[in-house]
Amino acid sequence: MENATQHSDPHYDQEASKLGMWLFIFTELLLFGGLFLVYSIYRFLNPEAFRLAGEELNLTIGAINTIILLVSSMTIAMSTSSLQKKNKGLTIFLLEVTIMLALIFLINKYFEWGVKFDHGIWPGSQHLINDMSKGEILFFGLYFVMTGLHALHIIVGMIIIIVALNKVQKGIVNENRPSLLENAGLYWHLVDLIWIFLFPLFYLIH
Amino acid sequence: MQTAAQIPHDVSYLDYKGKYKGIFAWIFSTDHKRIALLYMFSMMTLFLVGVALGLAMKLELIAPGRTIMGPQSYNAVFTVHGVIMIFMIVIPGLPAVFGNFMLPIMIGAKDVAFPKLNLLSWYIYVLGALLVIASVLFGNGIPDTGWTFYAPYSFKTGTNLLPAIFGAFVLGFSSILTGLNFIVTIHRMRAPGMTWFKMPLFPWSLYGTAWIQLLATPVVGITLVLVSLERIFGIGVFDPTLGGDPVLYQHLFWIYSHPAVYVMILPAMGAISEIIPTFSQKHIFGYKAIIASTLAIAFVGYFVWGHHMFTSGMSGTAQYTFSILTFIVAIPSAIKVFNWISTMHKGSINPDIPFLWAVTFIFVFMIGGFSGLVLGALATNVYVHDTAFVVAHFHFIVFGGVGFAFFGAIHYWYPKMFGRMYDKAWAKMGWAFFTVGFLTLYSPMFYLGMMGMPRRYYDYLPEFHAANILSSLGSWVMAFGLVIVIINLFRSAKNGPIAPMDPWHGKTLEWTVPSPPPVENFDEIPVYGEKDGPYNY
Repeated sequence: MENATQHSDPHYDQEASKLGMWLFIFTELLLFGGLFLVYSIYRFLNPEAFRLAGEELNLTIGAINTIILLVSSMTIAMSTSSLQKKNKGLTIFLLEVTIMLALIFLINKYFEWGVKFDHGIWPGSQHLINDMSKGEILFFGLYFVMTGLHALHIIVGMIIIIVALNKVQKGIVNENRPSLLENAGLYWHLVDLIWIFLFPLFYLIH
Repeated sequence: MQTAAQIPHDVSYLDYKGKYKGIFAWIFSTDHKRIALLYMFSMMTLFLVGVALGLAMKLELIAPGRTIMGPQSYNAVFTVHGVIMIFMIVIPGLPAVFGNFMLPIMIGAKDVAFPKLNLLSWYIYVLGALLVIASVLFGNGIPDTGWTFYAPYSFKTGTNLLPAIFGAFVLGFSSILTGLNFIVTIHRMRAPGMTWFKMPLFPWSLYGTAWIQLLATPVVGITLVLVSLERIFGIGVFDPTLGGDPVLYQHLFWIYSHPAVYVMILPAMGAISEIIPTFSQKHIFGYKAIIASTLAIAFVGYFVWGHHMFTSGMSGTAQYTFSILTFIVAIPSAIKVFNWISTMHKGSINPDIPFLWAVTFIFVFMIGGFSGLVLGALATNVYVHDTAFVVAHFHFIVFGGVGFAFFGAIHYWYPKMFGRMYDKAWAKMGWAFFTVGFLTLYSPMFYLGMMGMPRRYYDYLPEFHAANILSSLGSWVMAFGLVIVIINLFRSAKNGPIAPMDPWHGKTLEWTVPSPPPVENFDEIPVYGEKDGPYNY
């Protein structure tokens, strides 16, 4: 402990750290809640344009990414339970799989966005502003903001999982002190859950 | 890692020598008491900047036409004044300073639940403040949108707005983390036997505040992100030329920023609820009613944001719904005032400095509250919307409410925090000048607003001259009082007479530990018995 005024009995309260994490998840949900609100208002105002623009998105990549995130949620949940069963090797392996899946998600996202850029579609692009209706401009504006913010959360989630992985390896996170891994799992489920809402809103509804 | 034996219980948190020396003993400390003082000193610095800007505006308005600055400078001054005062002073104010210092002690804990996160919150706070300062010092032009960053001007103006918006976003993050920390602390770390309804009222008010911080701040966070992206890329959501709706920005902004008003005022009310019983030497009247009204304000406060937008274009149904809800949120505040007055009734009142600030708080808060009803009513709102009346109203509530409560709280808890007493004659003189100056400064603005003087202009018509002179004179008297108060507090921290453990005969837990408190707060964690309570006089 590196702090000047360290308390004599730095207590470990698993309940407290879990409660703190849940509260933080509330704030994340409200952050995206604002975006979902904006999306619903503009969808309500421009139903036809949103339908047209939605057909431009690649349903296959979206579906594959959904499956990838669902599987990664499963692997991180399994890593938590294998930590409880004191199987450190399996825990580490499952966390590595989770990180790999997150990386594949991001690579897919990169290609998906890349295709849009090739078509001249990005926020403020000339093609978007000159050739498309206002509803489509809004759709793609929100598409890039919401999937972009979600991708940012994927990156943050990966960093958290890497930290957790490192601490599991060192034995700092173990079956008696699993909070960090459990909280990383909670955060990852949140990231997954937000995608579960983003996917139908942008790709599926017609 | 140190063991219990290494931290002696008779060393105060101010004298404790840890691993680091000098300033690092403070900025690397996770002790909630030191973090509270870090917040206090950073806020005091920023507050003086904000006050200087306020004085500059009042000096500009002492005569019609250009006095000391032109229109663009005036716009920049009221923007920076607003951003500093709102985001860096009154929103974090009482929770970050007195909440951090007193919450763990008042509930019988050794620290907050996440001490490192607490220090991180302060770092984030400083980062946010630096970003705002950067927007002033660098780039082409100081932000001139007003503290609300209204669309579409916020992405049309050529001034250096992005760092300021990002700074406000970062400050919000600090606020969220502090709120999160307090909720977990209150849930998990109350002393054994201290049930929810034996908890003192200041922690209760912090609890209500923390929930608002947690649930409302993310919404303004994403709104500020959206308006920044609008400025950088042109995503269209708030830009009418691309199909977006600027009024939607106002809705999203006020969904947060109205509850934020209760983030400011609830801890202030909590501090007053501590001062009044101590100086009346009497159990607080209607303990549960005060808690219920705290929670009611926190809840109903979410549904009144529309009253900032009565002239922005909303349906009639929305307008009168927001108007009725605004009247409803006034009721719990009135309950609190009733309870404070009833607590004084037949008490043995000791009219010492903190009590003077507290009573003045009630006075200015009521003026602010009643003028709020004028603004909450649709017909009168349209008449005084965007006039000096609004400025007078929220300075009575925000500065009158939070400011007086802050000074009341600091005079109340000062002997506990620093172990020394301030000079009471000077403190009383500072209070008197401040109060007289405050009323002279803001009262004429009610009149000016009723007469039709718009706010946020560097100029005005000649018929408003007399009242503006009075107001500007008031600003000098108030600043004079402020200087006396601050110098007195600063000097006494080193030279004041040593304060006893319980100078005011208070009954809450912070008065059972030495002044200043030891690093660990308590030798032994206190236990609350069946008959114990925070206000058993």
